[in-house]
Parts: sequence; C-alpha cells; structure tokens
Amino acid sequence: MLKIWSMKKNEDVAAKKKPKTSAAQIRVQKDLTELDLPATMKTHFADPADLLNFTLTITPDEGMYKGGAFEFSFNITTNYPHEPPKVKCLQTIYHPNVDLSGNVCLNILREDWKPVLNLNSVMVGLQYLFLEPNADDPLNKEAAIEMSKNRDTFISNVKSSMRGNTIKGVQYNNVLAKS
Amino acid sequence: MSQTTVDATSGDWEGRYDHIDQVLNTAGPRTDPGFLAGDGVKDFLRNQAKILVIGAGGLGCEILANLALTGFKDIHVIDMDTIDISNLNRQFLFRPKDVGKPKATCAAEFIMNRVPGVKVTPYFGKIQDKDEEYYMQFNLVICGLDSVEARRWMSATLVNMVDPENPESLKPLIDGGTEGFKGQARVILPSITSCYECSLDMLNKPTAFPICTIANTPRLPEHCIEWASVLEWPKVQGDKKLDTDDPEHIGWLYQVASARAKEFKIEGVTWSLTQGVVKNIIPAIASTNAIIAGMSACCNEAFKIATSSAAYLNNYFMLIGTEGVYSYTFEHEKRDDCPVCGGESLDLTISKDLTVEQIIELLVERQDIQIKKPSLATPTSQIYLQAPPQLEQATRPNLSKKVSELVAEDGEVTVTSTSLPFSLSLRIHYN
Ligand SMILES: [Zn+2]
Repeated sequence: MLKIWSMKKNEDVAAKKKPKTSAAQIRVQKDLTELDLPATMKTHFADPADLLNFTLTITPDEGMYKGGAFEFSFNITTNYPHEPPKVKCLQTIYHPNVDLSGNVCLNILREDWKPVLNLNSVMVGLQYLFLEPNADDPLNKEAAIEMSKNRDTFISNVKSSMRGNTIKGVQYNNVLAKS
Repeated sequence: MSQTTVDATSGDWEGRYDHIDQVLNTAGPRTDPGFLAGDGVKDFLRNQAKILVIGAGGLGCEILANLALTGFKDIHVIDMDTIDISNLNRQFLFRPKDVGKPKATCAAEFIMNRVPGVKVTPYFGKIQDKDEEYYMQFNLVICGLDSVEARRWMSATLVNMVDPENPESLKPLIDGGTEGFKGQARVILPSITSCYECSLDMLNKPTAFPICTIANTPRLPEHCIEWASVLEWPKVQGDKKLDTDDPEHIGWLYQVASARAKEFKIEGVTWSLTQGVVKNIIPAIASTNAIIAGMSACCNEAFKIATSSAAYLNNYFMLIGTEGVYSYTFEHEKRDDCPVCGGESLDLTISKDLTVEQIIELLVERQDIQIKKPSLATPTSQIYLQAPPQLEQATRPNLSKKVSELVAEDGEVTVTSTSLPFSLSLRIHYN
C-alpha cells in the first residue's frame, strides 16, 4: 500500500481533526450571520434552534408595493449550497412574478442558481421583484398583461389587492404593514 | 492441455494471476520507491487489502467485477437500492429473477460464485448508517454513486477521520461518476488533496427550467412534467410529500403532464420520461460506466495505490464522449475556503470557568487568531450568533454561561466571521 502519510506536510500533521459539523450547516451559519440586509427586510425563526427553516418579511419603502409587508418561507435542504433554498410567498399577492400558490419566478432560485450565491443574494433578488416587477417572466398572467398594457390600472390593482380586495375574481390577502 | 491444479486454501490455480504478476514481479521506471516487488506486494493485495465499494449500480457492478478479477479478495459493498427491471441492461451482475432484491446482496453473491476465493461482504442500507469505526477497517474506498449528497457525506467523513496521530486513519477515496457519455474519476487523499466539497461548483447543475416558461410557454415534454411536479402537485396534493420512488405518485404526474402536453400539442411525455425528469435521471450508458469504473480509471487507481506499482492519478480525470472521445487530466486544487478540508483548525485549552463572552474576547484579541465578530456553534446547537438580530437575542443568554456547560471536553466549535475566508474549527480542552 502506498505510503501516503509521508506526503502529509508537517504543518498538516499539526492540524487537528475537523468537527463533524456538516458543510451545509457551516455554510448556513456563515450565510445567516453575515446577512447584510437593509431595514426593509427582516428574518424570523419560528424555532431559533432551527436555522434551516425561517421566514423573510419584505416591506418595500419605494415603488408601487410600498406599504405592504410580504412574507416568504425559506427551506434549506442538507444539500445546500448544491441545491438552492426553497422559497415561497406565504400570501396570495397580485404580482406578475408570483403565482397564486406562492411560487416565485426568480432566476437564481432555479435555473441560474450557483453554489457561490448565498442567502443574501436570494433575499436581495426577492426585494428587487417588488421594486421592478417583470412582465416578461409572468407567473400571474393577468397581472403581467395588465402591467404591460395599462400601467395605471395595474398600479391601482396593486394598491387595491394589498388592501385585501378581489381582482378579476381572485381574492388577495391584506398585506398592509402594521405600523 | 495441462491439468489445472487448485490451491486448496486460497482457491487459486496455477497461472491465475500471470498477467497481473507481470506488473508486480519487478519494479519499473514509474514505480514508487516503496514498492515491494514480488511476494510482499502480492501478499498485501491478495491477503491483507480490504476495500470498500460504495454503490452497486451501473458503476458499482463494473467496479466489483474489476476488483475481483484484479486480485482483491476482501471486498465490502454498500448500496441502499433494490434492483429495478430497467437496471438489467447495464448492471450485469443482476438477472430478471433478482428484480426487487437488494443490489448489494445480489452483486456480492454473483461475484463470489463467479470468481473463486473472493469474499464480498454486502450491506443493504445507507452509508450514513455506518460510523467511523466501520470505515476505519478499510485501506481504500471507491465510490460509484449518482448522488451528490451521498458523495459529499462520504468525502467529508473521510476528511474528518484523518487523525494526525494515526497514519492508518487516512483512507484514499477514489470517486467515479458518469452522466450519459461524460464521466470523471478522481483520487482524493483526504486532507492532502482537494476533496469532493472543494469542487462542488464544478458540478453540472441539474437541468432546471425557468418557472415562468413551465407555467406559460411550455415547448418541451419536460416542461409539462415539471409543471405537474413543481406547480400542480403542491396545489392539488397540499402538504403530501412527492415520493419519486412511489409508482402511484409518478403515475399521477404522468397523467397530469400528459393532459398538459395534449393541451399545448406537445409530444413525447411518457411514463419513463416523467420518472427521469422528476428523479433527475440522465440516461446511463454502459460503455461510459465501463471506462470510468474499469482499468482506465477507478479500479486501475485502486490497484496502483494498493500496490504502489505505478504513479497514480493526480488527481482528476475527465472523459467526454459526446463528440468523439476526449479525455483530460488535471490537478484540481484544494480550496483554502473549503468548508470541509480548508479553513483553519485550532486546539484551544481553556479554564473550566471561562464564559462564552470571555472566549469570544479571546478569539478577537489573540494575535494568532484576531477574528472580527465571531459566531460560534457546536455540531448540534448554536452558542452565540452575531446576527440576524432575533438569533443574536436568542443566543445572548449563553454569553454569561461557562463554555464547559455547552461544550464537552474535546468537543468541536465552528466559528464563522466575515474576516475568515470560510470558517475556523476549534477543539476545546479544559485545564
Ligand atoms: Zn475540500
């Protein structure tokens, strides 16, 4: 059998055994403790001992969604960061890139996810959706069509939906931020 | 024809290893200086070496056959799957009568019947069921897996096992993988060369289609299947978890996807494509498995490392058979910021009375450490996290506790900080 041990450099021999903390766990600890979020975003852990499941509340301070408080659930698997976090909107909201079941169309959550991205990038990406909704990648088609055809109606629909009104037969959740 | 004489104890007949012995009888220009030409190396290979094969699927079948024929005689194999009829075209150790039986057990029986004198010990279950003590008994580990998660676990476990006091604790890992006409094989010397985690960003990511394409403009049968599994399943089935091994679940997805395909006039949604898309299966090609597992890669490396008879792969071999045949070998470098094998580790001896707050001060102030705002956790719980605010608040009461209340002697603490490339692991001792 090849004598591999002799190839270990002296300083390596001095290095001690590594902890059994999984790579995913260390990565989540690093991502979370180094989050650099603006005042418009806040995380909440239902169980502070469980770092893999939490919610994010986004309260945009500009744009047409200003005044709302939007909640997203984050679920991180043990295969993170090979797999992206699973993110869903917890409310029924009127947004071209969010469907009525809470699925979100954000490229870095699916086809463009890379292990070098982190939770901060995902959160910033989500907030961006409220500042610049994108009618070209629709998940709520009605909203997307309205947005590209008639911006004024779209904006008044957004405002109305955020108060919990019904638009084209769909009842939206009241998401107005409690002040 | 001369009569064959079989040695009763070893089961070997005269001339059995003539071909292999050509390589083992004399040293060559590329042999390692530690090579024991002749009986010494043969005895090690045939009577002492204990090798573990992980996975008894497409790659595993090839690996087991090659190892047995090369002269390894004490082989263990772990696999958690049972045999499916679709495996039979390439997993040649199995027959139609074996469908439904554990792969590990059937593969072991087949090899032992076919190659006299070889002992194959199967384990039908998960690699995670076994502990370090189990993995310590082997000289070498070969992985032929299709799961990224299992490989990350295996590589991290072998890196963690390296004990500076004990050379035997370093177990070379040979990892093979194939995807259609592409494949790779690599040699990982845990803690010396780059580990599996180091190269995580090199992996092909699973094909994922933009969710809005799936929802609005499906063009491919795959789009319809993803619509059924990603959007319709949670909507219709609620909290019921999709089990991709459950034929009823796959059947439901197949029906929903077919209806969707019909609506959009898309052809090609089949039961097996549905299963393939949701399980992210890339068609396996027997010849790619044979090349990666065989004497051009995994088993060749196992043989060279076990015998020191030739220079081994340093450390990454890629095969691309999509257009012609192309292969490329390079040294994948270890990453300093790898969460498994990179980063710093440190032994810290402290007083039993030292509080968490004091150990944090110590980490910030000590000249050789100097970490800004460290966050600390054990493998099972958080000690103190600097952020986000809620977690800082939840862990703040720990600041006044003694470290010895939270961490056992010889216990490990993971430290992360913006000022560290990745993390620092502390091993705590009390004086
Ligand atoms: Zn590594």
